Amino acid sequence: MNKKLYGLAALFKTPDEIIEVAKKTSAAGYQKYDIHSPYPVHGIERAMKLKPSKLGFITLVFGLTGSALALLLMYWTMSVDYPMIIGGKPFFALPAFIPITFEVTVLLATLATVIGMITFFFRFPENDHPLHDTDYMKKVSCDHYGLVIEAKDKLFDEAKVLEFLNSLKPESIEEIYYPEKETYPVLEPKFVTFLIIIAVVTSGITYFALNKLLYMQPFTWMMEQPKLNPQKPSTLFADGFGMRTPVQGTVARGFLPYPYMGQNNPTEFLQNPYLPTKENLQLGEQKYLTFCSPCHGNFGDGDSRLRGQFPNPPSLHSTRAREFSDGMIYHIITNGQNIMPSYASQVTREERWAIVNYIRVLQRAKNAKSSDLQVVNKETGNNASN
Amino acid sequence: MHIDYSQEAPAIAGRLTISQIEELVARPLDTKPDRKYFIALSISGSLLLLGAICLGISFYYGIGLWGNNQPVGWAVPIVNFVFWVGIGHAGTLISAILFLLRQKWRTGIARFAEAMTIFAVICAGIFPIIHTGRPWLAGYLIPYPNQHSLWVNFTSPLLWDVFAVSTYFTVSLVFWYIGLIPDFATLRDRTTSKLKKTIYSIFSLGWRHSSRHWQHYEKAYMLLAGFATPLVLSVHTIVSFDFAVSILPGWHTTIFPPYFVAGAIFSGFAMVVTVLVFVRKIFNLENIITLDHLEKMNKVILATGMMVGYAYGMEFFIAWYSGVQAEQFVFINRAFGPYAWAYWIMVSCNVIFPQLFWFRKFRRSIPVMFVIVILVNVGMWFERFVITVTSLHRDFLPSSWAYYKPTFFDMGILLGSFGLFFTLVILFTKSLPVVSISEVKAVADGAQPTHRGGHHE
Ligand code: HEC
Repeated sequence: MNKKLYGLAALFKTPDEIIEVAKKTSAAGYQKYDIHSPYPVHGIERAMKLKPSKLGFITLVFGLTGSALALLLMYWTMSVDYPMIIGGKPFFALPAFIPITFEVTVLLATLATVIGMITFFFRFPENDHPLHDTDYMKKVSCDHYGLVIEAKDKLFDEAKVLEFLNSLKPESIEEIYYPEKETYPVLEPKFVTFLIIIAVVTSGITYFALNKLLYMQPFTWMMEQPKLNPQKPSTLFADGFGMRTPVQGTVARGFLPYPYMGQNNPTEFLQNPYLPTKENLQLGEQKYLTFCSPCHGNFGDGDSRLRGQFPNPPSLHSTRAREFSDGMIYHIITNGQNIMPSYASQVTREERWAIVNYIRVLQRAKNAKSSDLQVVNKETGNNASN
Repeated sequence: MHIDYSQEAPAIAGRLTISQIEELVARPLDTKPDRKYFIALSISGSLLLLGAICLGISFYYGIGLWGNNQPVGWAVPIVNFVFWVGIGHAGTLISAILFLLRQKWRTGIARFAEAMTIFAVICAGIFPIIHTGRPWLAGYLIPYPNQHSLWVNFTSPLLWDVFAVSTYFTVSLVFWYIGLIPDFATLRDRTTSKLKKTIYSIFSLGWRHSSRHWQHYEKAYMLLAGFATPLVLSVHTIVSFDFAVSILPGWHTTIFPPYFVAGAIFSGFAMVVTVLVFVRKIFNLENIITLDHLEKMNKVILATGMMVGYAYGMEFFIAWYSGVQAEQFVFINRAFGPYAWAYWIMVSCNVIFPQLFWFRKFRRSIPVMFVIVILVNVGMWFERFVITVTSLHRDFLPSSWAYYKPTFFDMGILLGSFGLFFTLVILFTKSLPVVSISEVKAVADGAQPTHRGGHHE
């Protein structure tokens, strides 16, 4: 097999030797060579004539970026997007912004320096470098010092380099070859499934975190839309208000004003406009169960779970309640009575009348006469009475 | 005994060769853990479990299980937080500040101290997250564009804390990892197990000990040390702002930032000594972590302990000098009120006992120093307890005065944090080199060129 030469390597035993070697190699005009040592040897950069590291620039640029970003973010959030007076400080409270500016600067500078060094200066990760797994590498990893002259060097000539290395009196010399091409089992089905599972799990968790825990846009789907929100300004109208007042002298649908708010007994003016039809009673039942039963009980007996925890709601089967006119019950729902609150905003006008009809049904059922039973029997063809 | 102080003691004792050093440090990684290791692990693991159970119950039933209540709303959770953050500071001090000061003796202990920093910050980080009883809401601490269009309050010291502690953790972790890269490479090249080799290769990123890389590496290390130094000072400063920026007598003092930083270094060094005393013995690292190193750390403990003592005195002085009645009351109450016991534990452990370190004999005696550093650890926990609780328990309205007692769950969680810390430490000793191999090699005898014969420059 035809192996490709990476370079020639020589091993040395002492730090003094390696400094000398570095000087001679750079003096001999080699460019693509490297010295390896288990720890940084003092003075080796000078011996190798290396230029000072430029890593500091990355640190500087990203450090300043960090300060600027932090300050801008704090300025924008605290003084533009959601200005709020906190502890009497100005919106742009510079002294109070210093700690975070400093932390972000340090964080960004550090991460950029390290990531920049590893990826940009070292071009790591590089576990398939020809030097890996050689005896040479094992030695310089422990307690030897080594020199490698790469075959890529302009002056490289195997015989000459060998002669040069020998003249340095090394402990040993080794030829280093490129490793054979490895095949990567990246497309194996097992690996692909593994990747898919990882992708699904991470995106699922991320989605859950962003949507359910952090309510972050745009993962909350349609929660925010370009529409008019209450109390928000709008550019559409000349006065800049998003909320409009109704046109003079009009009444919005379903918002018929109730003129007897706060009065005691307006019944004579209130007539029940709805007949107790089946649909109407069903509506009344439904609304009664939703809005009234929590206090008055499912059948109006005043025996709900609230008994004992709230001033007991009265029974709707008292003589008093039975003698109420329809209008009076309607009024109590709309206006409230003493500690019973008004239900005007939850229950529409029609529903209120339907509830009234339903209460009538309850009252009638509770105080049924035997003649009522005969009517029922006649209608259903039942003979249960006797 | 006569000692020549004009000459620096070698950083590594016993004239070890470079390969012997490597052998010594890497041995715990090559051998199987023994019985003692598992016993230690099971003890710390049990503590951890206790903490986890107490936490689970607290989450389930709510944090009413803890002792915090009006007027002592801030209690053991924040005490633990400040305590653990403080422990972390020694690591950064050793790895960054002593690096910038070119203290060679730091090499033997830096790795371990840095690891302890990371573990301590993990322990500390738990408390702010759990103290609301709803740890899953911690995400709200991060400023992010959200549906509520709300932002975090950037002018609040509590938010500064979030940034300071998370930056501190990240930077320490990165710093630690950077130090580990060459060691991973060394381990990769000496191991015979295929699995270990793969793992080490991945973490070594393919490090080749190249001098061209060492050059950038050293630069990066210096830059990072340069950043970590103000960072570590800023972290405990900001932690102290949690108290100092409020306007409560007992908290509202300008001495807090330096006082907290000194206290942090004090407690951190105490914890490092506590652990190293065992580690050097168990792993036969007496030549790398020498008695000289321990003595130097004890000197730091003595110095910072006196700074802390000065701060205690100064607080009293300022309270008197300010003429503010409420302030004076808080301090008198601190020393002679219902929590006098805690105050005097603090003073004796932090100021009185460390004075023994004036004597060379005690500085170099392992049993004495062990007892003292344990006392310092206790004392520093009580310092935070005293600051937090005594300033709160008798507030401006005598009708709401109360005597705060931590509950079983408070203590269970504290023990759990110790369990977490020591579990991580124990796992660390067997999975990573506890001493930086490449750094120690670099300061060994004969490791650096002598530049003899004038051919250098
Ligand atoms: C929050 C509990 C609550 C709910 C829900 C509630 N009520 Fe009442 N209701 C009361 C209480 C309490 C009283 C007694 C008020 C008083 O002291 O006069 C009362 C009184 C009444 C009365 C007068 C009884 C009388 O003898 O004075 C009527 C009629 C009535 N409610 C109907 C309704 C209807 C219809 C609904 C459903 C729309 C409803 N209530 C929902 C608590 C409630």
